[in-house]
Amino acid sequence: MLASPTHAANSAPALRPLLPCQAGIGLKSQHYQQVLDSSPAVGFFEVHAENYLVAGGPFHHYLGLIRERYPLSIHGVGLSIGAQQPLDLNHLERLAALLERYQPESFSEHLAWSSHDDLFLNDLLPVAYDTATLSRVCEHIDQVQSRLQRQLLLENPATYVEFSNSSMDEATFISEVVRRSGCGLLLDVNNAYVSGINHHWDVHAYLRALPLHAVGEIHLAGFAEDRDAAGDRLLIDNHGAPVDAAVWLLYTEVLQLIGATPTLIERDNDIPPLEVWVQEAQQAQALLQRHQPRTRQAQP
Amino acid sequence: MNSQREFVAALLDPERDCPAQLTTWNGSDPAVRFAVYRNNVLSSLVDALAASFPVVQQLLGEAFFRAMAALYVRQSPPRTRILAEYGADFADFIEAFAPASSLPYLADVARLERLRVRAYHAADVAPLASETLTAALAAPDRLRDLLLQLQPALGLLDSSFAVVSLWAAHQGSLQIADVDPHQAQSALVLRNGLQVEVIGIHQSDSLFIQALQAGLTLGHAAEQAHALNDAFDLGTCLAHLLRAGAITHSAYNHQRQLP
Repeated sequence: MLASPTHAANSAPALRPLLPCQAGIGLKSQHYQQVLDSSPAVGFFEVHAENYLVAGGPFHHYLGLIRERYPLSIHGVGLSIGAQQPLDLNHLERLAALLERYQPESFSEHLAWSSHDDLFLNDLLPVAYDTATLSRVCEHIDQVQSRLQRQLLLENPATYVEFSNSSMDEATFISEVVRRSGCGLLLDVNNAYVSGINHHWDVHAYLRALPLHAVGEIHLAGFAEDRDAAGDRLLIDNHGAPVDAAVWLLYTEVLQLIGATPTLIERDNDIPPLEVWVQEAQQAQALLQRHQPRTRQAQP
Repeated sequence: MNSQREFVAALLDPERDCPAQLTTWNGSDPAVRFAVYRNNVLSSLVDALAASFPVVQQLLGEAFFRAMAALYVRQSPPRTRILAEYGADFADFIEAFAPASSLPYLADVARLERLRVRAYHAADVAPLASETLTAALAAPDRLRDLLLQLQPALGLLDSSFAVVSLWAAHQGSLQIADVDPHQAQSALVLRNGLQVEVIGIHQSDSLFIQALQAGLTLGHAAEQAHALNDAFDLGTCLAHLLRAGAITHSAYNHQRQLP
């Protein structure tokens, strides 16, 4: 049976600035100095939280300087919200301190798990979409939002397998998580496309079944292409290539549905020169400018 | 029954069957798709080690390094969610890794690279104001009771091999052909502003700095260093520390609880 809905009363989003409805890029250490010297025209920067859970040194030095000049999104990759074990409270405390220090406009994490016992696998692993997972994920998000006193944006995953014990589809699962926990949605359009191909979903129907009113940020990225055992397309979300034409097309469809929304061009492998990355962001910016932003409804 | 336990076991052991309950839309073998996760885990962690141990990789060549690192990842997956901390015992693994035994200095090069990563991310502590030190040095009669605290970024390595030269040769500042790897060297690793530096020091300097780190007075630390090598040069050693802003606090030891 379904667990009783958790209440979002403790995790109501605090009044704080949101990311601008512009295109942003990731911030990588090889670009720190160039960003400071050239002030590229991007709407915001995004960093992985775990890279900054270090005591001091150049990472904090540069992030501090760049944060003074740009809006910031902090994107967690290690909270393991989908894990079958309790959240690592020590990790949550370190995240809280990081957010306190940099006051980012947005904090996001993944609908995935990445650790078991004390092992960390450094990958975003898939969950079964069943009622037990649903209540566990909601409890974890509630715990995170209560501690951080802010809304978390949850990112839809890119997956390569499905589970026979799933009892609902991904969009239904995410809608329930958003409804029960009051979290927002980080809509990764590349992930939607990748999963759509990998599982033969109708991605247009998938998008429309998501809680689009709750989208606070969009991710766009590139994928690699492989084949499964039957010879069918298997797309790998590797963040190592420019955004694919099919994903750009899907992005324009999303903008028509939800209006202009802060959009990150995500890249974690084969990092391009800063100018090339900024150019790709400008491609998103051009599309964003054709749409009006719609005010995101704060969750009750 | 915890299905994620089974998932993790299969991720780390390529001989294991992929977890039950995985399905695919076209009925194809899920093992091929599960292999994507196996590969992501392994290659991302090997990449993390390659980023932290670039000279070890250069010494071994990429293919050998990645094969060795993959064995380490399977044997010692991260117990931290912060990848900068991963690989703390990689050097010990290398030391025991028989196929790399023809490079006996490899483990110490890994230890040096680990110290560099630690120094890079260590806490920022302001260096001691130069007036404070100047005042202390101007009172030579009290100098031996001086207690000095050093940067948390500071690390030391005493090696039976020429770790500092081997490392420098891979930064282009020395010809590798000129390096005799079997010459014992000590390394001082510290962060000077935003730059991590590797400085070759004498073993007696290293002993002196370790004694300071252990809370001994300047006098006691210098005595230990002199006992090891009577050519120990306190001035040169302090100059290394001062130039890099490595001294963060000073105080006089008034308590003298120890005999």
